[in-house]
Amino acid sequence: MRRREFVIAASAFALLPEAKASDAAMRTAIRAWAGREPEAGVLKIEIAELVENGNAVPVRVAASEPVAALALFTPLNPEPDVVQVAFGAASAKPEFSTRMRLARSQRIVAVARAADGRCWQAGVDVIVTLAACVEP
Amino acid sequence: MATRAVITLPTAIKAGQAFEVRATVAHAMETGYRSSDEGVRLPRDLVRRFECRLDGELVFAADLFAAISANPYLAFWLRADKPGELSFIWRGDNGFEHRETRPLTVA
Repeated sequence: MRRREFVIAASAFALLPEAKASDAAMRTAIRAWAGREPEAGVLKIEIAELVENGNAVPVRVAASEPVAALALFTPLNPEPDVVQVAFGAASAKPEFSTRMRLARSQRIVAVARAADGRCWQAGVDVIVTLAACVEP
Repeated sequence: MATRAVITLPTAIKAGQAFEVRATVAHAMETGYRSSDEGVRLPRDLVRRFECRLDGELVFAADLFAAISANPYLAFWLRADKPGELSFIWRGDNGFEHRETRPLTVA
């Protein structure tokens, strides 16, 4: 690569948004969603402990009692938010499944919000051997 | 190009009994953090919102972010006492919108 091309490529790289969240950013996002600091509680997070491909990781979050909403957060993806779901009256179980991206090994956090405003959270560690393509 | 969506419901649903709904829509879910081979940043293009309604009443909603995989998949549980119509809508960046409806037959 010639020097000029390198400089152009490097400046393009610098223009990318800050592509990494942090524990602090995740806590801020959780507080913004829950409206308060959630206490530690019981939430079932089903995800493979060892993930080979971070591009599509099946994950299931389930609460043990009826909740109004559930959300999933990560500390080390480019953004802390993953998904936020809300349940209506015809909902049969306070749970959902989806497929998420994982940029690296980290502790993902699920948060539940009950109709009466109570909030609680639980986390689970995931090891990723091949990360999602979030960086060039 | 027509958007494709796949919605899976159980073949037989009993009144008052929980059943699982699975919904996927074909979408790249471009994060906005990746670059092309030429070093050009690929602009963000995400499905931002999913809603499922039963006879017009919201029963499940999800706000999606860049950390959701391509072809976003969501599964959730519903309960119905009588037949009706399930409607699904996905909305996203660049005016993306896709709707599906499925009849809900309850035995």
